[in-house]
Amino acid sequence: MTLFKRRNGLCVATFREDEVRVLRKVAEEVVGLLTEGFDHEDPVVGRLFPDVYPDLPRESAEFRRFTEGDLKTSKIDQAGAILAGLPEDGEGEVRLDPEAAEAWLRALNDARLALGIRLEITDDTDLERELDHAIAEDPSSARVFQLSVYSYLGYLQDSLLAAHTA
Amino acid sequence: MGRVTAAPHTAPLEKVRPEIDEESDFARPWVTIVHNDPVNLMSYVTWVFQQLFGYSRDKAELLMLDVHNKGKAVVSSGARERMEYDASRLHSYGLWATVNKQ
Repeated sequence: MTLFKRRNGLCVATFREDEVRVLRKVAEEVVGLLTEGFDHEDPVVGRLFPDVYPDLPRESAEFRRFTEGDLKTSKIDQAGAILAGLPEDGEGEVRLDPEAAEAWLRALNDARLALGIRLEITDDTDLERELDHAIAEDPSSARVFQLSVYSYLGYLQDSLLAAHTA
Repeated sequence: MGRVTAAPHTAPLEKVRPEIDEESDFARPWVTIVHNDPVNLMSYVTWVFQQLFGYSRDKAELLMLDVHNKGKAVVSSGARERMEYDASRLHSYGLWATVNKQ
């Protein structure tokens, strides 16, 4: 598994081709659900854009009206930073300056939140057991793939944070 | 408080009370609350608190543990607009933040 390291003030990692493909897909999916797929009924959107006043729907809506556009733009830009930082095609090195590293950290978090909602991750979820269980049921299922990606993104985000704050 | 008028104060007590309540209610600060979340990494949440509020690593970590262990914690308090601003910045980092009266 590829992890980020600190080198000359940059966060650096060399990604395999399959990792680049997965990261690209994940970032594109986030952009997709923030643009043409944007739907307030989608629980992922509910989590990325939480009600600021849970008991006051009218005031939450008002707050949303003033802030949602900017928040959406910054989240799209963050996901875009992942796409911009990845090698054009095939494997390759990713080098992130502090600003890009911060955008990646936030974008990886958005992607993990989205997957976490889809996978119904809770505080009690044991990822390894979940994955074993899903593989036993059907090793080629979408759930096996998504759980693997979710777990991978967590390691990647943690290593990037460690490299970024080193 | 100065006594500048000799005019009789005729307002019945019932009318005065709500005004006093309103005043104390107004003085009560607003708070930004961060809620626990099964996805966000503990290291990431600690870092966000350092980034946004300029807390030391130790203070940010204690706050993160408070959120984690108690389910939620107050991360800032003050004027309502300021709390809304904090909440929207926390949202941009993917933290689950709400605003409430203290």
